[in-house]
Amino acid sequence: MKITQISVFLENRKGRLSDVCSLLGSNGVNIRALTIAETESFGVLRIVVDKSDSAIKLLRENQFVANFTDVVAIEVPDQPGGLASVLKVFADNDVNIEYMYGFVEKFSDKALLVMRFEDTDFAQQILAKHNVPVVTEKEIEGL
Amino acid sequence: MDIPFWNREIETAERGRLEQLQLERLKQTVAWALKTPFYRKRLGQAGIGSPDDIKSLQDLKRIPFTNKDDLRLSFPKGLLAVEMSEVLRIHSSSGTTGIPTVIYYARDDLDNWTELLARSIVGTGAGPADMFQNMMTYGLFTGGLGLHYGAERVGMTVIPIGGGNTKRQIRTMKDFQTTVLHITPSYLLHIHSRLGEDAIERKDLALRKAFIGAEPHSENTRRKLQDLLQIDAYNSYGLSELNGPGVAFECVCKKDMHVWEDAFIAEIVEPKTGETLKDGEEGELVLTNLVRRATPILRYRTRDLAFLHPEGCDCGRTHRRLSRILGRTDDMLIINGVNVFPSQIEEKIMKVPEVATNYQIHVEKKGALDRLTVQVEIYPKLFLGEVSKLEALRERIKEELRSSITITPVVELHEPGSLPVFEGKAKRVVDDRPKD
Repeated sequence: MKITQISVFLENRKGRLSDVCSLLGSNGVNIRALTIAETESFGVLRIVVDKSDSAIKLLRENQFVANFTDVVAIEVPDQPGGLASVLKVFADNDVNIEYMYGFVEKFSDKALLVMRFEDTDFAQQILAKHNVPVVTEKEIEGL
Repeated sequence: MDIPFWNREIETAERGRLEQLQLERLKQTVAWALKTPFYRKRLGQAGIGSPDDIKSLQDLKRIPFTNKDDLRLSFPKGLLAVEMSEVLRIHSSSGTTGIPTVIYYARDDLDNWTELLARSIVGTGAGPADMFQNMMTYGLFTGGLGLHYGAERVGMTVIPIGGGNTKRQIRTMKDFQTTVLHITPSYLLHIHSRLGEDAIERKDLALRKAFIGAEPHSENTRRKLQDLLQIDAYNSYGLSELNGPGVAFECVCKKDMHVWEDAFIAEIVEPKTGETLKDGEEGELVLTNLVRRATPILRYRTRDLAFLHPEGCDCGRTHRRLSRILGRTDDMLIINGVNVFPSQIEEKIMKVPEVATNYQIHVEKKGALDRLTVQVEIYPKLFLGEVSKLEALRERIKEELRSSITITPVVELHEPGSLPVFEGKAKRVVDDRPKD
């Protein structure tokens, strides 16, 4: 089950990240997971939010450069070796991860991770085959 | 003060004799020029069909100006006045619109140019005993090779190291006990800031003089360089259209640069009207070749603002002195000694589909060197969220610009609408370098 990640281009300017978060916050959009890919001269903010459609509309209306990316959110046992066991499944099955990051909050005793795969469909098949629990868009909305 | 000369007779010739020589050589140059398609037409339109139409130096004013655009439009052979088999060398500069300019040199042209540099070098008190480290770029750019041959003619030992690689430059200065440098003022400041690395200090070096050129600089900059490095620094002026270095050079008096008036006619004109100004008045420098057969150029508008000193020099040379370059009549930037037109940058940016049309160019000092930053706005539809694609875009723009302007800029990606938008004429260039 794919979920939607929003990427926002951020130029290297004071307060730019704050601008994005304020805009989303004042419009009732809740950020569930977040990471920033930074380079020397710009950054790309990646977020998973509870209302992705309205969030991207909002961002674009406010002149932010933003786009969707398909990612998968998976549940990992929050204990030593929890992540390693999932990663081993990927390694054994030639699934390449482009990047990953954690959720801001967790539900139950599992940790939630956002993963971007080189081939999302293939990754999903492998996840299903090995019974790795994935999180649906609905569940994220309800978090 | 002991005044050294390379060619005392010509360097101290009476004005009357110098002007007589100028007239003879101007007529000769017009005869050469009339062999080129460009000047046959241009001079013909002005009613000059033969060197005999030039009867006095006053007739110089009848000759129309030549601009950089004329050279571009004449590329590659419109200004060639000899058979190609007679040409020994080509120097070329990149053009603002992709069309370069080219200057051809016959054997006697190279010989004349080399003589002017020998004269310039000896005028500063340098000579055969000196170890000369030539830190200007060799190749199509005239700065390196021009001084190289002049220094050899004088009998100096030449280290043809070329530009860049600061560690090796400093190491070489120590290894060979270099006494004279040819360098841009900003690079010399940078060299000073790097002394002390690799355990090489000023006391380990034998430096005594530097020829500083390719970049306008102030008297303060010269004094600073002299104080920091305990050397004598001499200003040098030239431009590739008129040979390159050796158009004008400072003598031991260091009170601005003698224009070698047996090889060039220098005029200062009012930039808008083209009217000739008096000595001492500031305006645009216009130069005419007197001793270049393969590519004779008449009344070239240099776009450099300067003035000519009306009075003589303590050294006894009769050739008038040109002031420092005080500015430009166009928007050309000089970045670490390299001439860059904003239009060259714009042309490249406009060809990149991923960026919008708004852009800005910043030039600032980073340590002793100039830093060029080009800011562009990304095009929202082409943003897919991938950092690697954006980095690749940045690299591509950087490489495109480097190949066009020869210096490597910092390229910054910005959000659409974030760069200032201007009503009417955009302020695309922000030059934050101190004017001192």
